[in-house]
Amino acid sequence: MLLIPCPFCGPRPEIEFTYGGEANIARPRDPQVVDDDAWAEFLHTRTNPKGMHAERWRHLHGCGRFFKVCRDTVTDRFVAAASSALDTGA
Amino acid sequence: MQRFSALSLLRHAFSGHSKWGEQWRSPERPAKDYDVVIIGGGGHGLATAYYLAKEHGIRRVAVLEKGWIGGGNTGRNTTIIRSNYLMPESAALYEHALQLWAGLSQELNYNVMFSPRGVMMLAHTVHDVQVFKRHVCANRLAGVDNDWLTPQQAKAFCPPLAIDRIMRYPVLGAALQRKGGTARHDAVAWGYARAASALGVDIVQNCEVAGIRRDASGAVVSVDTTRGPVSTRRIGVVAAGNTSVVMAMAGVRLPLESYPLQALVSEPVKPVMPCVVMSNTIHAYISQSDKGELVIGAGTDAYVSYSQTGGLHIITHTLDAICELFPQFRRLRLLRNWGGTVDVTPDRSPIIGTTPVPGLFVNCGWGTGGFKATPGSGHVFAHTIAKGEPHPIAAPFSLDRFRTGRLVDEAAAAAVAH
Repeated sequence: MLLIPCPFCGPRPEIEFTYGGEANIARPRDPQVVDDDAWAEFLHTRTNPKGMHAERWRHLHGCGRFFKVCRDTVTDRFVAAASSALDTGA
Repeated sequence: MQRFSALSLLRHAFSGHSKWGEQWRSPERPAKDYDVVIIGGGGHGLATAYYLAKEHGIRRVAVLEKGWIGGGNTGRNTTIIRSNYLMPESAALYEHALQLWAGLSQELNYNVMFSPRGVMMLAHTVHDVQVFKRHVCANRLAGVDNDWLTPQQAKAFCPPLAIDRIMRYPVLGAALQRKGGTARHDAVAWGYARAASALGVDIVQNCEVAGIRRDASGAVVSVDTTRGPVSTRRIGVVAAGNTSVVMAMAGVRLPLESYPLQALVSEPVKPVMPCVVMSNTIHAYISQSDKGELVIGAGTDAYVSYSQTGGLHIITHTLDAICELFPQFRRLRLLRNWGGTVDVTPDRSPIIGTTPVPGLFVNCGWGTGGFKATPGSGHVFAHTIAKGEPHPIAAPFSLDRFRTGRLVDEAAAAAVAH
């Protein structure tokens, strides 16, 4: 089980969180004007890196807030939960 | 290739079985040039190479494996084989595989220990019951074997199952595919490797791909490996959990995420489980191997990871449910627990076919249930590579479906990856 650094509550066990997937995927501002390729990229395509991964978590059973954090997907170690990385929904 | 027969077994018995040769050739390094290079020496990759050589006459084929063959998800799964999927496209694909399973030991002259002992999927909620009954009807219309069982019938088929109504996960019924079952996972990799090697396929182990080179038109021309460069005009990527990493070498991004998936085995006991029992609702999958170990599969972790380990709370959840469904297993000790990395698509169906890069083909996204498809997957993917266009059964599983929206949505059909 991961020990996840919530920028608001500190390190907490994984079962308090829900996973939000890859971070920094912005919803197209006007879905009507993007083509199918761009829409598929937004909906489905993921970087899925072996190594550093910027991802979102939600501290559902804690403060309830979303945040971004980087984790190495090989070692599962978190690096620097930047509290500055307040999630803006993007 | 030395063929296995009663006579050859007898002959080798006189020399104490000490004179058996290698079952497949293991070249130290790949040749300079191949017609097709398969990246990934698991069951699917080896099956692809075998069918390329056997059905399409393409014998200048290399299978490049970064570790040892069958050492990834092929050697880590719980070997469940079934074909009772809801969507017609999926049922066709997995039924194609199931029919190949039935004759596979004969075809490969290698005992893959396919055992159609029946796969029973438990329904624990009213929703499960409705969904499974719909599955059964859809399967029977499609000619796929699937039966609905009452709790009493389920217990008659699998006596150790507890069907008390006052359980956390009561058994309200079950869908039974009698033609489903298990096979020996290592033997599948070894059998395909042996048969492919006999047809001229080079299987190069401990050979990791470091790059994919493309010419000015964008088409693939060669592969860089830790054992030297290899020229080829056609590459088939069958790298399971590492597919995103390999495809990134050719500049292709995919709708894939890699998750940990765990399994475990108990100490060996006398025969007690007559069939495979699985429950998607509680992520519990259990059968008994011929060695007597109970083989138990759990669900995936929540997050992207290549660590090949998963959280203890995931298997605890599975074991809680198993101990309730099979109270007599509570005192069994567990021998081993391990994890694999599974590549999951948004619709929980595989991707088999061409890519935007000429000469580059991909077979991935089998998620948590790829073992059952091994022969069918290799068969249709070999056709796809040989002809340059998808096999009719593989056509609905194109990468393009994520752009057109024609998903094969097994995620919605089963509510979980499977």
